[in-house]
Amino acid sequence: MTASATKTEQGSGLEGFRAEVRAWLDAHFPPALEGVVPMMEGGADGKHAADMTAWRDHLAERGWGAPHWPKAYGGAGLDHAHVRALAQEMGRVGAINPIPLLAGMGVTMVGPTILEYGSEEQKKRHLPGIASGKVRWCLGLSEPNAGSDLASLGTLAEDRGDHFVVNGQKIWTSGADISQWCGALVRTDKTVAKHKGISFLMLPMDQPGVRTRPIKLISGASPFCETFFDDARAEKDDLLGELNDGWNVIKRLLQHERASQTSAGSPGGRKKAGALQDVAKRYVGVDGAGRLDDPDLRSRLTRHLMDAAAHKLTAERIAAEAKGNPQVGAAASIMKNSATGITQARSELLLEIMGQQGFGWEGDAYDSEELSTVREWLWGKAISIYGGSAEVQRNIISKNILGLPETTQKG
Amino acid sequence: MAALNEEQTLIRDQAKSWVTEQAPVRQFREMRDTQIEQAYAPEAFAAMVDMGWTGILVPEAYGGSDLGYLTFGLILEELGRQLTASPLLASGLVGTSALLLGGSEEQKQAWLPKLVDGSAILTLAVDEGPRHAPTKAALTAVKSGGGFVLDGSKTMVLEGMAATFFVVVARTGGEAGSDDGLSLFLVPAEAKGVSRSTRSTADSRGYADVTFAKVEVGSDALLGKLDAGYPLLDAILDRGRAGLAAEMLGTASQAFDMTLEYLKTRKQFGRVIGSFQALGHRAADMYSGMELARSCVEAALQAIDSDADNVAELCSLAKCKMGDHLHLVSNELIQMHGGIGMTDEYDAGFYLKRARALEAIYGNQAFHRERYARILGY
Repeated sequence: MTASATKTEQGSGLEGFRAEVRAWLDAHFPPALEGVVPMMEGGADGKHAADMTAWRDHLAERGWGAPHWPKAYGGAGLDHAHVRALAQEMGRVGAINPIPLLAGMGVTMVGPTILEYGSEEQKKRHLPGIASGKVRWCLGLSEPNAGSDLASLGTLAEDRGDHFVVNGQKIWTSGADISQWCGALVRTDKTVAKHKGISFLMLPMDQPGVRTRPIKLISGASPFCETFFDDARAEKDDLLGELNDGWNVIKRLLQHERASQTSAGSPGGRKKAGALQDVAKRYVGVDGAGRLDDPDLRSRLTRHLMDAAAHKLTAERIAAEAKGNPQVGAAASIMKNSATGITQARSELLLEIMGQQGFGWEGDAYDSEELSTVREWLWGKAISIYGGSAEVQRNIISKNILGLPETTQKG
Repeated sequence: MAALNEEQTLIRDQAKSWVTEQAPVRQFREMRDTQIEQAYAPEAFAAMVDMGWTGILVPEAYGGSDLGYLTFGLILEELGRQLTASPLLASGLVGTSALLLGGSEEQKQAWLPKLVDGSAILTLAVDEGPRHAPTKAALTAVKSGGGFVLDGSKTMVLEGMAATFFVVVARTGGEAGSDDGLSLFLVPAEAKGVSRSTRSTADSRGYADVTFAKVEVGSDALLGKLDAGYPLLDAILDRGRAGLAAEMLGTASQAFDMTLEYLKTRKQFGRVIGSFQALGHRAADMYSGMELARSCVEAALQAIDSDADNVAELCSLAKCKMGDHLHLVSNELIQMHGGIGMTDEYDAGFYLKRARALEAIYGNQAFHRERYARILGY
């Protein structure tokens, strides 16, 4: 694998590109931001705020916030190998691209879907804002009574000639309270089968008909909102895809979502204090032969580390098989469930490793690593629920990949 | 599936069609029913030799094609699908690797061409007890005159009845349990003092118990370094483990395909049973597990081919993940087939029986988890 990667690099002149990136980083990456991880919503605290904004604008100027997007829409038109080289060079100097975080659901999900389904005019209107990190998007999909059964959603959009009037309630809209735009799944035809009367609308959040309320989670954080539409307005021009074809649009968007959730790391991507086995040795200790002093934990830790290794190798294999241009597809369901399981298992193991230090909520009795472990463990329970629950992914695999018949309601 | 080159694709397709047409599981059943001693059809192995499979790992100078372990794995995967019995893994991969890794120029010239043309079968005699434990070798080799005298016995030697010579793991120093003081010797099966007996196993494959009673060999029988043979043995075993994992991948794939086919055709309660979510979700998990395990197997084979520094880690990962996966799939094969899966007339039982043997050979999952933890330093 290493050999073939090197060959590709020489073949496409990647070394020259790397040199260009390095020089550019020298000139434009604020040294004070080295290793500074943006907050979940993409910003930085007071001390770094100005640097982060400047860094964002430099990146956007080069199209490197969403480097794989076409230049015409705010990207840099880079292929997979160049995107990876760019990420590696940035990683080398501790630079993190905050734009995917700043754009909310924009870079990872809405943008790729607009690229596929949007009109030229829609692409020009929406994509550059996302790629600049200045326009944040949320997604209005789930409703209180439409979770895993998303197609039963009831938020209604009525045709008023040049615009739609939207009424209904969405839930689990990440970042709705701080987003400028929303991609919403709405019902546009109540007279046909539930999948066939749904459309995908894009609408601005800053209008009188839209109200949001954050939901406090078991982890204490409030990344999600309830979003209420009371006679909210969406322009006809902001219908993505065909009218009543929203189910196909959303299926594609959800594949992008799964693809963005297939890396098995710690939720939130925080930097970790070393490998799991090193943390374990620190808390649990080792016996005379250097083995972790808890044989049962050691065995389960090994299973986990092997799972994580298998996941990583599979991600590499998928990329290699796609010859450097990974397609979002069926494998996303497999990888989402695998990533979810590994991330959650890691959190559970960390908690167990920390023992009685592993359930602190706040205060000086716990260090920051311990406190964040507890919060991430709780937050991590969401990842097998959102983006299509683990069970929904299994349905997709058994139906779409294995060709097993649809489960019927009838016994 | 790894991104294959044209030659690999060709070999994989050739193997697939040959195995399906010439050596399907039906032949394995015939072989079992006739109980031939070496536990494989000689004409099947002869065909493999003709197709060049025994030379896949061997450099052209010794009569092979030097195509590497990933390519070899593609063939083993196809053989595993139909449970095709042969000494290809024991000799064409493990025995051959022993010579490639540890052989002197003379040893290579003397033996590799014979392994390639099928006139010699070389297999590894390592274990002495019920569990795979290479460092526990107690069979002794004592210097005598210009050579050595080997005394002791080996058990569960792969294709041990068919072997024409053995790589024998012997203790030339140190205590049993230590990886220090091990040496490897090439011993002809017809040497004075060598006796062997076949084992009757649930998977109906060829294993022998081999006794070495004061067997005299010359100094040229030493393979690799005296007293420091463990790293060589470990490297040979890792190649065997990766090869076994490839075979297991085929066995598991076929077991899964059989199960999936059954889920799509068997009707109960007026519908095909694959429409029950309780079964569909288990099938989905098996499929996912297969994809994840396949990545480990291919990575291990590729690491050997590129002489990477994490071969041991990846081979333990592959053998272990594949073992866990095959264990699950072989059990689900029986369970989801219900009563028919319990009958000898149906092939499912062959896959279950073979699965457990494959899991145990060259270290079961527990062995490789322990080894993985040691490699990672906890």
